Amino acid sequence: MFTTLKNRFEQGCRTSAYPKVPVELASRYRGLPRIVPEASAELAARCAEICPQDAIDPVRRLIDLGRCVFCGTCERISKGAFVSFTRNFELSVAEKDHLLTAGTLPDLAKHSRQHFKRLFGRSLQLRQVSAGGCNGCEVDLNVLATPFFDLARFGINFVASPRHADGIVVTGPVSRNMKQALLDTYEAVPAPKVVIAVGSCAITGGPFRGSPEITEGLDTLLPVDLFIPGCPPHPMTNLHALLKFFK
Amino acid sequence: MTGSFVEILNSAAFHRPRLPHLPFADFRKQALDIVASGGKVVQFFGYTDGGIDKLLAVLRTDKLLVAGCDAPEVYPSFTSQCEPFHLFEREIAEQFGILPEGHPWLKMVRYHSNCRGRADVFGNDYKEDIPGNYPYYSVTGEEIHEVAVGPVHAGVIEPGHFRFNCIGERVLHLEIQLGYQHRGIETLMQKADPKRLPVIAESIAGDTTVGHGVSMAQAIEALTSVQPDAGAKMIRTIGLELERLANHIGDMGALSGDVAFLPPANYFGRIRGDFLNMTLLICGNRLGKGLVRPGGVRFSIDSEISRTLTERIKELEPQIRHVLDLLLLTPGALARFEGCGAVSHDAAGKLGLVGPAGRASGLSYDARRCFPKEYYAHLNIPQNPKSTGDVFARAKVRADEIMQSIQIIRSLLSRPIETRCVEGSNFDLAPSSFVVTVNEAWRGELSHCVLTDADGRILRYKIKDPSFHNWNGLAMSLRNTGISDFPLNNKSFNLSYCGFDL
Repeated sequence: MFTTLKNRFEQGCRTSAYPKVPVELASRYRGLPRIVPEASAELAARCAEICPQDAIDPVRRLIDLGRCVFCGTCERISKGAFVSFTRNFELSVAEKDHLLTAGTLPDLAKHSRQHFKRLFGRSLQLRQVSAGGCNGCEVDLNVLATPFFDLARFGINFVASPRHADGIVVTGPVSRNMKQALLDTYEAVPAPKVVIAVGSCAITGGPFRGSPEITEGLDTLLPVDLFIPGCPPHPMTNLHALLKFFK
Repeated sequence: MTGSFVEILNSAAFHRPRLPHLPFADFRKQALDIVASGGKVVQFFGYTDGGIDKLLAVLRTDKLLVAGCDAPEVYPSFTSQCEPFHLFEREIAEQFGILPEGHPWLKMVRYHSNCRGRADVFGNDYKEDIPGNYPYYSVTGEEIHEVAVGPVHAGVIEPGHFRFNCIGERVLHLEIQLGYQHRGIETLMQKADPKRLPVIAESIAGDTTVGHGVSMAQAIEALTSVQPDAGAKMIRTIGLELERLANHIGDMGALSGDVAFLPPANYFGRIRGDFLNMTLLICGNRLGKGLVRPGGVRFSIDSEISRTLTERIKELEPQIRHVLDLLLLTPGALARFEGCGAVSHDAAGKLGLVGPAGRASGLSYDARRCFPKEYYAHLNIPQNPKSTGDVFARAKVRADEIMQSIQIIRSLLSRPIETRCVEGSNFDLAPSSFVVTVNEAWRGELSHCVLTDADGRILRYKIKDPSFHNWNGLAMSLRNTGISDFPLNNKSFNLSYCGFDL
């Protein structure tokens, strides 16, 4: 008992005051990219060429956040003269085409479906379905339950059964072998229901695009309400998305 | 005899025409002899070279041994005589449609058609999506019942199916059936634009991003004759150890949560995040994505980052020690850990368990000590004492390794780390070559094999995640264990679904 109490005092309170107090991430964190419109066509083409995810449209000067894995290769080789990554972790959107961006995203709260806020604003129960990814997105969803983020204080929980859920959070590029189980889980959630795609795999197939074993985009199977890009999205990106969209 | 297995070095390119190519009977006999006398299987796989199907095996004793042969359509299985070949033969059967006759447990591994377009060995038609169509072992008798769990589980975890045959609360047999996470990675690695390779490799298993990233980088470096500098090796070692720390600490928290002892579960959950944030500090990604590339690393550890890391570890180290004590000295937790889910030394050897799970059953093998790469040759990796094979042993091995990894990182950070960061790697691979890399990822031995053709293109990319060895260890631990102890045993192994499924 004494040891338990001693540890309790040593640990102290670790919960963040977010969203009342902003959170700042480490300087090397790569969040929302910004494109420099004045960059030369040659530089833009070179960035597009080297991008491992082919996420850059050099002509329209846009970057597809659904494909991007935020590796920062384009920023490095252009030395920031074409793309630079900001530390802004607010990356989520309600419409897939909003992911194609030059560096500004629409205000998520304004694009949220208002009836979701009314229905789920005070209590949101989510069922997570891991469908063929690398477990990275799951890692950074799981940490939302740890003391720093403490998702439950916002009335949002991950629950054990789709029958208890208001929606599903899908990670991974929906492998062929997981497709049916995913669709069954979706069916099992009572309507009205929410579908959230987390990570570049769920949005576009991510690093696995081109493989015949996966689906390139969850939205080709189910109606997606919220897209959270990243590889994996930082827990703050997830938290911001859930709070903005539902609160 | 027309030849025999020869020694190869970890992560060194080998000219393929020099690979011993044995008649099948010799290959089989020698491989069986080596493993029967205590050797282990590192890699055993099929590939097609110039229209001819071949097999290749990398075995380990105190060194790495390699040989190949032409692949027969049907052959007497190795497993029937020597257990460690078990899953490798099933994988070959699935990937190539080659039948190991007399295999005692010939079942699907990942549910996909074979690459040669032959009839499926298991009689499946993959025009339909059919995961879960699986001949489960079943027990019959009065009072026998089955429990089916998954693929969608109750927590935020990966998919897999578990089938328990029970009598009352007692598990007689657990069968674990995976494949739901199959993304076709090996094929993708062979076909994709080389610029994508690092990003794909880092996504084989996200919790082992640095492990797979390093294994891939070493293979490409060997095939392009590139040597990363000492600083890069140190940073990779720090990355590997931070990965080990974050995962081991997370596992200790999960074990604690599963015996309903919540304080350590929450403390470790938070501390794990602190280690993920250290990786974020180095490379901008909590899992280490983007840190390692062939040729070196993309991010340096300058004196300011080094100082911050040192300070954070200094602050965390006593906290970790205290929480470990809290967990491992609490009788209520120990009562659940001790004697639960024991895997004997003998069974662990036959299953070929690796990593902490193997060490908990007294298999001392640690690739960091036995086949050191990166900076490990300069470090002293202690040998963990012989252990009891139960949940407690798997927890204790992790607890020891946590403290060891902290020491390793501290000692590395106390030295000057200078590296030239790389951007854009060389993928002009040596033609007709072969390389095998072996590393100790946090779950155990991780190995990548790359074979190139005469034009330097990737002919075969073979990946073996440590979980490939260890899933059957979990099944074994459940024998005669209460079914309510499954979550505890599962956490004590904490294996990768996606690393297995590829």
